[in-house]
Amino acid sequence: MIGPDTGNGRRPTGAAFTIAAFLAGLGALLIWQGRGIPDKGGYSGVSSGDMPVFVGICLILLAVAHVLTGLRYGDKAVPRQQPLPVLLIVAGLALQLLLLQVVGFAIASGLLFACTAAAFGKRNFAISLPVGIVFALIIYGVFDRLLKLNLPGRFLENLIFGG
Amino acid sequence: MTTFDFLLQGLAVALDPVILMYALIGVTLGTAVGVLPGIGPALTVALLLPVTYGLDPAGSLIMFAGIYYGGMYGGSTTSILLNTPGESASIVTALEGNKMARAGRGGPALATAAIGSFVAGLLATLALAFLAPQVVKLALVFGPREYFALMVLAFVTVSAAFGDSTMKGLTSLFVGLALAVVGIDGLTGQARLSFGVPQLLDGIEVTTLAVAMFAVGETLFVAAQGPGMQDKVLAIKGSVAMTRADWSRSWRPWLRGTAIGFPIGAMPAGGADIASFLSYGTEKRFARHPEEFGHGAIEGVAGPEAANNAAAAGTLVPLLTLGLPTTATAAIMLAGFQQFGLQPGPLLFVTAPKLVWGLIASLLIANIMLLVLNLPLIRLWVKLLSIPRPWLYAGILLFATLGTIGVNPSPVELSMLMIFGVMGYLMRLHGYPIAPVVVGLILGPMAEQQLRRALSIAQGDWTTLVSTPVAAGLLAVAFLALVVPPLLRLRGKGAVLSQIAGDND
Repeated sequence: MIGPDTGNGRRPTGAAFTIAAFLAGLGALLIWQGRGIPDKGGYSGVSSGDMPVFVGICLILLAVAHVLTGLRYGDKAVPRQQPLPVLLIVAGLALQLLLLQVVGFAIASGLLFACTAAAFGKRNFAISLPVGIVFALIIYGVFDRLLKLNLPGRFLENLIFGG
Repeated sequence: MTTFDFLLQGLAVALDPVILMYALIGVTLGTAVGVLPGIGPALTVALLLPVTYGLDPAGSLIMFAGIYYGGMYGGSTTSILLNTPGESASIVTALEGNKMARAGRGGPALATAAIGSFVAGLLATLALAFLAPQVVKLALVFGPREYFALMVLAFVTVSAAFGDSTMKGLTSLFVGLALAVVGIDGLTGQARLSFGVPQLLDGIEVTTLAVAMFAVGETLFVAAQGPGMQDKVLAIKGSVAMTRADWSRSWRPWLRGTAIGFPIGAMPAGGADIASFLSYGTEKRFARHPEEFGHGAIEGVAGPEAANNAAAAGTLVPLLTLGLPTTATAAIMLAGFQQFGLQPGPLLFVTAPKLVWGLIASLLIANIMLLVLNLPLIRLWVKLLSIPRPWLYAGILLFATLGTIGVNPSPVELSMLMIFGVMGYLMRLHGYPIAPVVVGLILGPMAEQQLRRALSIAQGDWTTLVSTPVAAGLLAVAFLALVVPPLLRLRGKGAVLSQIAGDND
């Protein structure tokens, strides 16, 4: 992630520095990991660890470039963002991730569906949740049973499509 | 055998009813995703990749190519009627097309877009058929160092040559390359950056990244803009028929668009969006009534629409002959080939000629299908635009996770989907291009292997990389493409470059 949203206009150069910090961190991680690989590279002279180190160095150079441009030009103002819809969708994804193996594909995906719909303004879960679950069940039927994709099914799927 | 014989052989494959079915599904889906704003061909192919594991390779690949072509057709519809481009290659179409629709000339605008796409698609696919064997002959003399140089060139053109900032493009590219080193090194079997997580040993799936960045990222981005009202669709008034004047003003832009689009697609010089911008500029210069531009000039619809289709066909030249993806969609199609154990490149023309020529011939047929789908049935597609956005995006996200869950229902994979999704959103927000990340992820390991292979052959002598004219030339072009755009920007010509920013597809 590139760090928190700094698009409220108060700190116009904040984003560039956050991104620079992220890039530098990622670069340092790559260099550290690449250096740790005990491989001399054989005939080519380029070992498994050299590519991560190279990419890491480039990322750090890019981080420096971000700092320099951030200092010189500042950032373009980012349009105002609504945090709630973003949180709703991320929550939906997290719910699906956590509940997938517990309640099965249909209910977990129905929750994601309802959360996303809520993010776009359909806040009535009494409608969107059943719609999502039915939609996910249809998808489960088509993809798991007809196209042999292996989707996790629990009681609801087994109840409807049989074990 | 000559190209013509191969093409006939391919037609025999393509006319198989099952293959025709796949092509029809592909072009229908492609048109649909082209029409719908927010999902493009790259995403659709990525979503379908996991679903096609068990299906016929030739059929699946033909379906993917159909989606790519269909997306180029369908994108014009939203541009013209809604002023919201369905995909990035249709942004210019919106300039003139929407003005035409406002003036009640939406029908002819859609018609010139569809027929132009057809003409361009047909000519460019034929060009692909005749050019590909030549490139294959050339590619046979390519060794690891030439491939490496070619990939470096592709990296530069995808990330740095266009767009409003070389720095941002390179940042995207190197984030992609950083993700690419995760997993087992293909040459030595050494695990890299896997942090003891077994799921990371396989590396980061291209499909997971693409779906996360395009589907999840785009959904988050659209949602975060707040409850914007659903744009009003302009009704198609009158018939879609073009007048005699429309025809006479359209045919030259179609041909010029094709001539511009195909080479741009075929060279590793970026995708259909760039071609369509260049075509628009050209038409403006050639126009007999330049004052009409900005107020609904039909040339401004005909040229770019032809150009973006021709470029889509052109993209298949490096993809099929060299295994080199130059756009996000091509990168994901490459992942599709690899999924079936096929490696695109000169050898593919020898080992699987039926598949390659079947694919090329199917594209000719897909073009005819698309013309039928897009002209008489256009009103049907417009109805798609009336799906309420909450349901549309909820459905998109459900499908996005479906692919990942189907391949690998592990929490690690789904967490990556979420993290990359948020990353895609933040990148969009701050103006970082998405395509270089995807291209970096898929081309990174290939470039690294070619580099190390070349150096192994030369016993570690780095000058081998520039020891042949082809390799040295390609690296020189890559260097110029990296250095010239920032200089142009410094001299105040940056507006042109940021206009032809390579975006999503």
